[in-house]
Amino acid sequence: MDGPVGRDSPRIARFAGRWAAVGVPAAFLGVFFVYPAGAILWRGLGSEGFGPISELFSSPRTRGIMWFTVWQALASTAITLVVALPAAAVVTRLRGRRRHFLRGLVTVPFVLPTVVVAGAFEGVFDRFGLEDGGFRLRHTVWAILAAHVFFNYAVVVRIVGSFWSGLDHRVEEQARVLGAGPIRTFWAVTLPRLRPAIASACAIVFLFSFTSFGVILLLGGPRRATLETEIYRQAVTRGDLRSAAGLALVQLLAVLALIAVATRLERRRPAPTGVAHRPPEPLRRGFVLVNLAVMAALLGSPIAVLVERSLSVGDGYGLDHYRALTERVPHLPASAAAALGNSLLFAAVATTLALVVGTLAALVVVHGRSGLRRVFDLGLTLPLGTSAVTIGFGILIALDEPPLDLRTSWWIVPIAHALVGTPFVVRTMVPVLRRIDPQIREAAAVLGASPGRVRRLVDLPIAGRGMLIGAGFAFAVSLGEFGATSFLPRRPETLTAPLALYRLLSTPGELLRGQAMALAVVLMLVVALAVVAIEASRGSRQGAEVVWESL
Amino acid sequence: MTRPNSPKRLATSVVGLIVTAVLIGAACGNDDGIGFDAVTSSGEPIEYPAAAPADAPADPGAAPTDAPADPGELPTDPSGITLLTHDSFALSEGTLAAFTSQTGIEVTLLAAGDTGQMVSEAILTAGSPLGDVMFGVDNTFLARALNAELFEPYESPNLADVPDQFKLDPQHRATPIDYGDVCINYWTDALPADPPTVLEDLTDPKFADQLVVPSPETSSPGLAFLLATIAGTDDWEQFWADLADNGVAVTAGWNDAYYGEFISGGGDRSMVVSYASSPPAEVIYASPPIDTAPTEVLVDSCFRQIEFAGVLAGTDHPAEARALIDFMLTPAFQNDVPLNMFVFPVAESATLPQAFVDHAQIADDPLFIDPADIEAHRDEWTDRWVEIVLG
Repeated sequence: MDGPVGRDSPRIARFAGRWAAVGVPAAFLGVFFVYPAGAILWRGLGSEGFGPISELFSSPRTRGIMWFTVWQALASTAITLVVALPAAAVVTRLRGRRRHFLRGLVTVPFVLPTVVVAGAFEGVFDRFGLEDGGFRLRHTVWAILAAHVFFNYAVVVRIVGSFWSGLDHRVEEQARVLGAGPIRTFWAVTLPRLRPAIASACAIVFLFSFTSFGVILLLGGPRRATLETEIYRQAVTRGDLRSAAGLALVQLLAVLALIAVATRLERRRPAPTGVAHRPPEPLRRGFVLVNLAVMAALLGSPIAVLVERSLSVGDGYGLDHYRALTERVPHLPASAAAALGNSLLFAAVATTLALVVGTLAALVVVHGRSGLRRVFDLGLTLPLGTSAVTIGFGILIALDEPPLDLRTSWWIVPIAHALVGTPFVVRTMVPVLRRIDPQIREAAAVLGASPGRVRRLVDLPIAGRGMLIGAGFAFAVSLGEFGATSFLPRRPETLTAPLALYRLLSTPGELLRGQAMALAVVLMLVVALAVVAIEASRGSRQGAEVVWESL
Repeated sequence: MTRPNSPKRLATSVVGLIVTAVLIGAACGNDDGIGFDAVTSSGEPIEYPAAAPADAPADPGAAPTDAPADPGELPTDPSGITLLTHDSFALSEGTLAAFTSQTGIEVTLLAAGDTGQMVSEAILTAGSPLGDVMFGVDNTFLARALNAELFEPYESPNLADVPDQFKLDPQHRATPIDYGDVCINYWTDALPADPPTVLEDLTDPKFADQLVVPSPETSSPGLAFLLATIAGTDDWEQFWADLADNGVAVTAGWNDAYYGEFISGGGDRSMVVSYASSPPAEVIYASPPIDTAPTEVLVDSCFRQIEFAGVLAGTDHPAEARALIDFMLTPAFQNDVPLNMFVFPVAESATLPQAFVDHAQIADDPLFIDPADIEAHRDEWTDRWVEIVLG
């Protein structure tokens, strides 16, 4: 950001601005992630250093777990990409309301607690006779992969889709004019230009699959174990902090290596291009229909099972379970509706935090000094690939003294959610910001625009979209978060919706089960509406503008 | 980055964003009065209004034990205390208010995940405890908690009302509060043969492919049932090998066993590992209402889980913490436990709700293993189980 742009600002203010941009994300990450994670690893490993790790590598069981963790995450990422990329093309072609609607819709699976999704998947397997026999899916690795695609579909569709719709489509038109067919144009022209967004999306899908917990246990069956489930088993079931910390360190190192590769891919060929001037060439009708059909089958069928279960009352159908949501079940500290209110408030705070920290960090990643870029790029994505045990236990032992005695504070839940939400903001914004042609910015500056105006007139219209997509993700992630929340000691009445749902399903009884299903359906509706509202509403666009300008 | 940063504008915009998001939230059907009021008081203890009536039925016959045993010990101006519990802890609304109005002690609740998470967290924070009293450690985790010296000894005078079988810690660091049995439940109408009467019946081919169990590696009732077979069969390893031959299904947790494979949730297996309190729950939360429970328990398979409370070592308020332990053994608390937590009170003077009297069976002679043995052999037993059953 140096060069002609900043020449006329007062130096002190420039200095302060830069320090805020670097300092806020650094402090957030340092206090709420690096320090707690370091503290728990130190407590577990202490002076032994890497000793326990070499022990872990020498055990065939642990080696098997590591291998399975990596390959299932790679396979999940590859399949998700193949299935969701065509859908991203469809979303790119849509305009206005339809696009917002579809983008909101695909986000729905994101907030569904795994215990509900697992039940819905088994319901689907059941209906299609995949429960037993030759095509058995239950408790197989295929069930795990299918669930990962279900959960992560939105990541690829939204991140790649939003980047895609901002590309200058005239390049494709030129290729077509020169005689290239649609497939060749896609492979030779579009795909290379999409690479930064694809790398970004893949990094997130990989990390999610790498650290997934409920899907592995519930759909994979009792024989499967990944690093994440093994860390939990060692730390919580067996009380063996040393082994757990060893595994957690291995997990951190593996994630770090992966992000390093992904960010390298994302950075390769920055290919700055202009802004899209008009809609791209429309897709063939058949292509669109096939994609909508895949979407409906993959996302729709488990959701349909949930809706059906939530409406089933006794032998017929009714809204009884929905009406019951406002009444407190005796063994829950709050009604399901109140829990939903808590979740929304947590999500609002977490999204705001993630947006501020993530936007600042993305600016540093794109425009900052090279050493700093690397650190921010790696560091801020790391929490996404870190075990809930590491984050939860770390916060508990690290933040226990004033001025940071936060371990039982209300704020710790939204802060933990923001840790997971920030990478989404960073990863959606970085490819978009990087694409902005420096010549446009320089031209604006030469024509006399102040740095603020450059930012408002050039950067914001382009980056704002990525910002709101990231905010939508952060909101959805917070609404659905279960693992880290369950580790943080909290006041029972601040129960979140996923925790309430889990509690409802922990006692037998038709009424409780029906209410849990109704809560899941309401949670889906709420997230779809919220994401549409965040991305499409004028208010949030103005809000983003204000945050943007003041940064 | 190069623009002068205006903290005031940043603050306004952040507040603006929060307000927008909360408004979105409010518009999405949150009319329960949940707002900042409920949460910004997070720095302060939750205040239970002293005038709130206790809606737990008080047993007049037990009035003398109703008050904390030794009020003389309490400071004249008692402080508020924090009760650390697992997520399953729940009481009727007025129950803790009754304690506050009797003693002036306000109680803040802190939920910390499931029992395993809570015990791990208490061990991690020993010396700088998260609360003053911890409730909910059971006999499968008791030895781990005691070995870590989590509790200070305190012998409540109200223990006189508790049968000796529940008092597992002679030093009274952990005080028994409630118990629940983990038992095989069966769907009466769906059994392919006459109901089983002893554990060994489960390996009978007539019950082939009928049983589903949660894994003891990942589930607390799963572990309890493994312990039941260790205590209740001559050769548990052979028993499990036979069960595996007889088509036992294994899930990761109780939830996917009960709601996934068992008839109750639409599955096709008629026997499942669950609790002695599950049949009354099936009646209480039935839709449409029913008079008899659809499930029964195999009494011979019941393993007893006892839940304890203790004063956390390092507390600044030992007198108040002890008063709370005393209160947990009074009828006001004990009578309130079954319908909120689906467990049974340990106090002899406690009265059970009608649904429990009608639909719950309590084993006279439940299976049991000493907590120290459980802690010493747990890993070895579950490893062996994995080899036999999951191979």
